Amino acid sequence: MADFSLKSRDEGDIVVIETDGYLNNLGGEEVAKACYERIDEGRTKFLLNLENSKVVNSIGVSILIEIIEKLQDVDGKLAYYNLAPIVEKTFSIMGLTKYSSIYASEAEAIENMA
Amino acid sequence: MLKSPTVELTIPVLPDMELAATKTAEVVAKHMDLDDEQTAEISMALIEACLNAFEHSKSKEQVEIHFKIQDDRLIIQVTDKGKGFDKSKVEIPNIDEKFGSDRKRGWGLKLIEELMDRVTFESSEEGTTVTMTKRK
Repeated sequence: MADFSLKSRDEGDIVVIETDGYLNNLGGEEVAKACYERIDEGRTKFLLNLENSKVVNSIGVSILIEIIEKLQDVDGKLAYYNLAPIVEKTFSIMGLTKYSSIYASEAEAIENMA
Repeated sequence: MLKSPTVELTIPVLPDMELAATKTAEVVAKHMDLDDEQTAEISMALIEACLNAFEHSKSKEQVEIHFKIQDDRLIIQVTDKGKGFDKSKVEIPNIDEKFGSDRKRGWGLKLIEELMDRVTFESSEEGTTVTMTKRK
């Protein structure tokens, strides 16, 4: 199976999660687990760096919709940066851009999420 | 040279085997001088077609993929031997309706149709073939 890993760090009140690998059902579940653990700690702002996840599928992206739904309950935000063009197009087709934000860089994301 | 050279691939219903199909698609797309955007769209549509074949067909049989190279287009056929489906009964997903719903999935056909130039389905109780065309 394709390898997937992630690293998480805090930038002020924003949790930055850097993914590496195929964002499929298993990758999506790992991202969700990482987000839910921090939501339980009271964190509400999440930023995904998808630079190293250039391949996604709709099941993995559907799990991001679950994360957005969970964040809506705590008035939180989900955003992304470093998206491959096809990943950005997939997010657009699925409507994620209506409920979450895409930024070109971490600096731009942090400035807008503050 | 063959009039319509065809690459045939058979993949087992195993996790992530859709990525084997995208590797073949990349080689075929390069041969046809398709650009990076077209290649990425083909790969994404192919992933979704394979996932549908794996999951929706309920079949343990292998999935067959044919890449037909024509002058101005690439035709990809993904065939499973599952129980088939009625496309007219497949709801077009809308993210607004996904919130509050237990079912967040169901985006495959929408993505395939948005990313490819032409898509047709043939389905019966003996299986389904989705035919996807990308023009150069």
